Parts: sequence; structure tokens; C-alpha cells
Amino acid sequence: MTAVPDIEFRGVTKRYGAVTAVSGIDLAVPPSAFVALLGPSGCGKTTCLRMIGGFEQPSEGQMFIRGQDMAGTPPYRRPVNMVFQQYALFPHLDVEANVSYGLRQQRPRLPPREIGRRAGEALEMVRLAGYGGRKIHELSGGQQQRVALARALVNKPAVLLLDEPLAALDKKLRTDMQIELQNLQREIGITFVLVTHDQEEALSMSDFVCVMNGGRIVQLGQPSEIYDEPADLFVADFVGKTNLLAGKVEGHRGELVDVALADGTVIAARKRTALQQGEAVSVSLRPESLSLGGPTSGPLKGVVRNRIFLGSTAEYAIEVQGIGTLLAKADHLIGQGNLFKPGEPVAIGYASGTPLAFPETKNNGTNQRVNKHVEIIS
Amino acid sequence: MSAGTGTLSMHGNRFRHNFLTALLLAPATVWLVVFLVLPFIAIAVFSVGERAPEGGYQAAFTLTQYANLPARATAFWNTMVLAPVGALACLLVAYPVAYYLALRAPQRWRLILLALVVIPFWTSLLMRTYAWMYILGGRGIPALLALVGIEDVRLINTPGAVLLGIVYGYLPLMILPIYVSLERLDRRLLEASADLGATPLSTFLGVTLKLSLPGVMTGFSLVMILLLGEYLIPTLLGGGKVFFIGNALVDLFLQSRNWPFGSAIAITLVLVSVAVLIVANRISNRVAGARRVDLI
Repeated sequence: MTAVPDIEFRGVTKRYGAVTAVSGIDLAVPPSAFVALLGPSGCGKTTCLRMIGGFEQPSEGQMFIRGQDMAGTPPYRRPVNMVFQQYALFPHLDVEANVSYGLRQQRPRLPPREIGRRAGEALEMVRLAGYGGRKIHELSGGQQQRVALARALVNKPAVLLLDEPLAALDKKLRTDMQIELQNLQREIGITFVLVTHDQEEALSMSDFVCVMNGGRIVQLGQPSEIYDEPADLFVADFVGKTNLLAGKVEGHRGELVDVALADGTVIAARKRTALQQGEAVSVSLRPESLSLGGPTSGPLKGVVRNRIFLGSTAEYAIEVQGIGTLLAKADHLIGQGNLFKPGEPVAIGYASGTPLAFPETKNNGTNQRVNKHVEIIS
Repeated sequence: MSAGTGTLSMHGNRFRHNFLTALLLAPATVWLVVFLVLPFIAIAVFSVGERAPEGGYQAAFTLTQYANLPARATAFWNTMVLAPVGALACLLVAYPVAYYLALRAPQRWRLILLALVVIPFWTSLLMRTYAWMYILGGRGIPALLALVGIEDVRLINTPGAVLLGIVYGYLPLMILPIYVSLERLDRRLLEASADLGATPLSTFLGVTLKLSLPGVMTGFSLVMILLLGEYLIPTLLGGGKVFFIGNALVDLFLQSRNWPFGSAIAITLVLVSVAVLIVANRISNRVAGARRVDLI
């Protein structure tokens, strides 16, 4: 299928003096997608967003919005709107005037009644009807966030850009807003591009996650794909919690490699890239794929050091001789008495097929081709 | 009772706190009372008195001095025209400079450029105004113009010269508050405005200018109030032809020694200044909400 992507980067590089913020990015976002750009600070995700918004110009390459090359197009002529970090609401205008700001910029001028009606609709959409006359500083953080959303959506942009929109909210509100943003995106059906450093936020809200590191796209895929099949050690470590165990490749068995850990235990792991015999690798084991049992029932043996009881689950820090401390997560079933106490010896097992072996040397990011991205996403 | 001791020690703390506050404020308070409040009361009392036959003050209670104000209408008129016009001219020159300094100048140049704005203050205004007297006088610019054939140009002792002197002398006072308010301006607001479709011009008018209005009003009222009492520049560059209230006051107190009339003019001047301040404050509060730049 060849739908014109809403956003497309072709070999985009952005340099600030000697610093390369984004290097050679190819990315195509199809219509009506909710995409998250995820990565640690300085990975280039915000620069990408600002290039879409028109606040930065690529040093190399091209950026398209709905098939149109945006080179030389200033922000005020682009069919995208942004929800800024900390919202950047106009302090000298009330809620209504903030929301209708974009409408009042349109030429030819819209009739005042139309402006009022559409601003009212936008406020209703974010459940702030009746707040039009409030001053910005009279609103709570959550309400300001909604005003910023209404203000950005009122112009009916082709793409909504969200720059860490939930970072300033408390946890409870953040969860509510995650659901609300998801619903909003489905309701109005335009593409949302979200920038976040919070992997939970990226995984929970978006249809597709684009993991970035060092100015490159490291992996692009659905949230479950990113979590289950991380492309490299960086993604495995950055997205979700994981245990990384150092080892050496012992031998190959079909699709699997046998990895000898520091204490001599051999783990059969899947691999993402070809691995050499004797190569130093890290084996990723997600805490929830570990199973804890009586002292004789698993390949790794250790002693519970800490238990963090979380209600439906419990997390354990388990010290394994010669390997270090492993994090394990187990469901807590009421009345089954499956909680382990600190000091208790346990055996650790893992579901076969869950360990993933990565070469120790860090991958510099995979520059997958445009077509492949479109294919992955659509 | 433990609650009792708690309250007691709190009283002790508060007493100490109040004492400290009083101590810190004392020098300024004494200064203001001795050099501002008392003289002001004296002037207010003088203003309802009469001129003693040999000059000075003679106790009385009469409003004749105020009724006499129209006698100095020209000085009032000159001041009331040249002060706002001067402040406005100052503003028109200062705003682009402040805008450039705050929003356009490269970061590492900013401090140097700001210093350049302030450096003239290191020399007294008197010296600098004398320099202007020379520049505008017969051996200055007119002499240069005569060289290229433009004869008989009169610059000194004109309202234009006074205006030039005013803009020159008060420019830093206008630049600094505007610079402060523009410097504080959240750049993301400008991006948000552009993002929402505003052209650079509408962003400037709708966001930048509005949010810098407190600085503009501060600078404007500061310069305007100082101009209301200006004496030096009209004397040196206006040559006694452009007579300000300040000149009238010097004349009344030192030459004709009509203290009560001078006092009435001074009181009127203070009232006008206060009115200017209040109006300026109202305007900036209304437009920019709670954000203010208070330098005075």
C-alpha cells in the first residue's frame, strides 16, 4: 500500500556546530498513527519534533509533511500544531483567547461567530467548556495541559506534535491523560507524534514506538515488539526493566546460542545478530520471565535479598553467587502463599525462548530504509 | 502546657524578627523622613502661604498661589508637551535597541553591548550636555554644514535640540526596563505563536509587544517623571528659550524668591507625576495581567 506518509524524514541530519544532534534519519509516519519518539535526553527526539514544527531546519536531507517538502516553509505555514513542554500558554490571554489564537491568525479572517463557535467546540472536546473566561494562572496543571491541547487542535492540523506533554503532571493525572490522549487521537483520527523519555508512556499510548539513541533511530515497531524483541542491548536496557547477564558464546544450537555465564551456568538464548564462538555477550532476562521455586527447581540458585511487595505482584532482588543481583517479578496470588522472604534460598528458572543474547559492543543504531518503515507501520 | 511554651517562643521569635526588620529599615526610613517627607510637608505648607515683602515665606492660609498657576502656563505647557514627546521619542529609539539586545544579539555579545548602553552614565550628564552644546553650537554641526554650502543652520537653543538632549540623556533608563521585560519573555511563547499560524509581525504585536508593555510603561513613566522636573537640558540646549517647570522653580526660589508660588508649582508637579505613575501602572496591569517590571 502506498498511502502518502503524514510525516517523512529522508536522510535528515541536524548539526549544531560540531555537535550532531540527529544523523541520517529515515522515517515515514503513515496517516492516523500515534507514534512515540522515545529515547534518553540528547538522543535527538526533540530536535526531530522541532524540525517537523519548523523551528529547526535540517542540515542535510529532506522533511516532508503529507508529501510536501518543507524546506524553507516557516512554522506559521505548516499544517502541524504543537503542544509545548510546560504548554507555553499565553499568560496575558484568557483561556478562550488562548484557544482561539490560531483561528484569529487565519487569512482571510474568520467571522467572529465562527471563531467563538470553534473555540467553544475545542474547549468542549477537552472537557473545559465554561472555562473560557479563566486566566491561565488560575488553572491547575492538568487544566493547562487541556488548554494547550485545545489550542493546538483548534486549527485542525494534519499532525499534532506533543513535546513531553505529561512530564509536568503527577502520576495519577498522567495515567488519566494517557487514556484521554489515546481516545482523542482515535476520535479525531489525525497523526499524533509524541516525544517522551518515559518508556512506560511510549509503550502505553502509541501504536508505534521509534526508539532513538545518539541521534539515530535504533528500533521502530509496535510497543510489544519493542519490548519483546529489542533490536539491541540499548533498547533491551532502556525499554522496561531487564537483567543483563554477562557471558561468552559457547556454541550454537539451531536458532539458539548457548551462553556460559560467569558462574559456569549455560543458558540457551535467542539472538538478534550473528554471534561468534567465544564472543562476549549480554543476556537479557526480563524480571517477569523469571520463575522462582523451591531451592532445587531451577538452573540458577540464589538468596532473596529484598522483597518489594506491590499488591498484585512482588519484586525480588535475588543475589546469585558469581553473577550478581537479579531482579525477578512474580504474580502474587492471594492465599497461595507464594511470597518468598528475604534470606530465603530460591532457585530461578526462566521460560525457554525468553533470554536474548546481544553482542557486548553497542550497536550504533540501525538505519533502516524508508520503505521498510512504511511496511512495518502500515 | 507544651502548647503554651510553643506559643511563647513563637512570640519571642516574632519579636526578634520584627526588631530585626525595624533595624534593617531604619536607615532608609530616617533618610526618607528627613530628606523627603519633612521637606515635602514644608513645601506643602509654603504653598498655601504668602511671599514675605523681602522675599521668602510668610505664614498664611490662602490658595492664591494655586490660582496664580496660569501665570506660568508656558513653562507648564512646555513641560507637558516636551516630557511626553521626549519620553515617546526615547521609547521609539530604545525599543528596537532593547529588542535587539534581548532577542537577537548573540549571547556572548549581550553583556558587552549592555555595558555600552550604561557606560555614558559614568560621566556626568552635565559634561555630556555641554558636549552637545558644542556639537550643536556654531562651531559644531552648523560649521560642518557650512563647509558643504548649507549656511545659517540653527540647532542650539531650539526645541529640537532640547528633544535631542532628552533622548540622549534618558535613553539608558528607557532601554534597561524594556530589555528586562523582553529578556524575561519566554521564547517558547514566540514559537507557540508561530506554530499557531501567526506571522512574525502578528507575533510581535500580539505577544512580544504586549508582554513587554510592563517594561515599556516602567521606562516611559520613569523618563517622563524625570523629564517633568528636568532643568539642566532645557537650560543648556534650550538657552532659556524653552522654559521648563524646573527652570521656573529655580527662578522662583533663587531669583525672585517667591517661595510660596514656587511651592505651589512644585506640589502641582508632584501631583501630576503621581497621576502619570498611576495611569501607567493601570495600563500595564490591564494589558499584561500580573506580570510587571517594577523599577520604581
